[in-house]
Amino acid sequence: MSSAPALQAREVSMVFGGLRALNNVSLELAKGQIVGLIGPNGAGKTTFFNCLTGLYTPTSGQVLLGGTQLPGDPAEVTTAGLARTFQNIRLFPSMTVLENVLIGRHVRMKQGPLSSLLHGPAFQRGERAARERARELLDFVGLSRVEDELSRNLPYGDQRRLEIARALATDPSVLLLDEPTAGMNPQETEAARQLIFRIRDTGISVVVIEHDTKFIFTLCDRVTVLVQGELLVEGTPEEVRGDPRVVEAYLGKPPEEVQAVVEEITHGSAEGASGE
Amino acid sequence: MFATLMQQIANGIVFGALIALVALGYTMVYGIVQLINFAHGEVFMVGAFGGLATYTWVLPADVKQIWYVALPLMVLGGVVVSVLISLAMERIAYRPLRNAPRLAPLITALGVSVFLQEAVRLFYPNATSAQPFPATFITTPLVIGPVTVPASGILLVAVSIVLAILLQAYVNRSRMGRAMRATAQDPDTARLMGINPDRVIVVTFAIGAVLAGVGGVLYGVYINNIDNQIGFQNGVFAFTAAVLGGIGSIRGAVIGSFVIGLVKNLADVLLPGGTAYDYVWIFVLLIVVLVFAPQGLFGEAERVRA
Repeated sequence: MSSAPALQAREVSMVFGGLRALNNVSLELAKGQIVGLIGPNGAGKTTFFNCLTGLYTPTSGQVLLGGTQLPGDPAEVTTAGLARTFQNIRLFPSMTVLENVLIGRHVRMKQGPLSSLLHGPAFQRGERAARERARELLDFVGLSRVEDELSRNLPYGDQRRLEIARALATDPSVLLLDEPTAGMNPQETEAARQLIFRIRDTGISVVVIEHDTKFIFTLCDRVTVLVQGELLVEGTPEEVRGDPRVVEAYLGKPPEEVQAVVEEITHGSAEGASGE
Repeated sequence: MFATLMQQIANGIVFGALIALVALGYTMVYGIVQLINFAHGEVFMVGAFGGLATYTWVLPADVKQIWYVALPLMVLGGVVVSVLISLAMERIAYRPLRNAPRLAPLITALGVSVFLQEAVRLFYPNATSAQPFPATFITTPLVIGPVTVPASGILLVAVSIVLAILLQAYVNRSRMGRAMRATAQDPDTARLMGINPDRVIVVTFAIGAVLAGVGGVLYGVYINNIDNQIGFQNGVFAFTAAVLGGIGSIRGAVIGSFVIGLVKNLADVLLPGGTAYDYVWIFVLLIVVLVFAPQGLFGEAERVRA
């Protein structure tokens, strides 16, 4: 099965009551790829993530991870190797930074009830290995200094990086990042980009939801555009950026006045828009 | 007077240790599922009856004479009964109501409490009146100056403290303990981290039941008399202790229990009304604490829930 795509969503639909939030959305992620998922607010990006991770059960469609159908339960999805972060950060606020990462190790640890009560040698070994791995990951995302801080005391950007470390702790083959740079300044955004590249370099495939189109076009191998629950365009960043349907989806049919803004999106130069 | 005071302090510590074994169950379950399990006192009660039943029907006559064989087996019997009842209660009465408004499981808990009290009264032989409980422990009391403490009281204090420390270490330092805390803080995110909430909840109920079962049997050995009301009576104190200490907090439950044990026993001799006013003083204390520290003594000021 090594030739199977890392992640494959086949015609996923999600209906809430009378609202069709997703309509036959497909997505394919090759091993070691970074795929971007963009679209206006309410396009269904997060709903799509929730369908992938088993938080929602899709009304129809299939999700395959490495060629195997994913179970419909979030806990089992994590065990199978799909991890995610959240648009609105969802750390465990009253636990320390290190403990948050250790929670990520949960599915990769084994401890008997008696052994963990009496702190036997097997327990000690497992616990030490988990802590070592957690510290490695904190080092990887650059949070080693604050491992004993409560996670709620971290600045915003650090909380996002901690969520990534926690997700990596589950040993995923695919990582889903929901707006990893929301609320970050340009330096932090650049650091996040480098971090995502480094994650990819460890062999993990990544799907990124972002509003910042410039960020997506310079980060991703392929980009999928969702609009109102439908897949609008899929292709390389160059193809997607030049597609008039994408511009229209974001801004409506462009009148002359917004031409400058259109320029910004289609050519990815944020500075140019207000400059001249 | 001094002798009386010292004696009451000693009695209070023993009573606090007993209450702590029950209060820990209240606080653990509340921490995870935000349910005040009013039937938890009955888990303690059936534990005591489980221990008595083990003594009466399981242990051979010669073993009954050897306390260090008999008592552990009685504790084991009591714990097994407590855990089975507690897990059945969670499975049958609470799990179907997991997503119901909070009032529903609360009222169910009251129903389960009455059900268990009456079930024991009706079906345990002769349990319509109090049953004598065998003193399967050293019967020579410990005498320190003016204070006399039964050996079974010392045992209660020792067991209670050791179990509380083990529990604290388990919750703070083990995989399942972390999963418990994560589930308490944000069950949905915990699920996304691969934590099975049903498992966590079952383990939580089981731990509470083990402590309550141990407490029930040791209570029998200490008081030498049990009936179907002991769960309710001690449950009220234990619940109050958990709230006083800050419900959800392990340390809070233990310290709250000792505070309640001491206040109850000192109030008996220092304040007017004697033992008849136990509940009055305990609840006055609870009200005063909650007015000034609504989260209790060790409760988290911000219980963050998604």
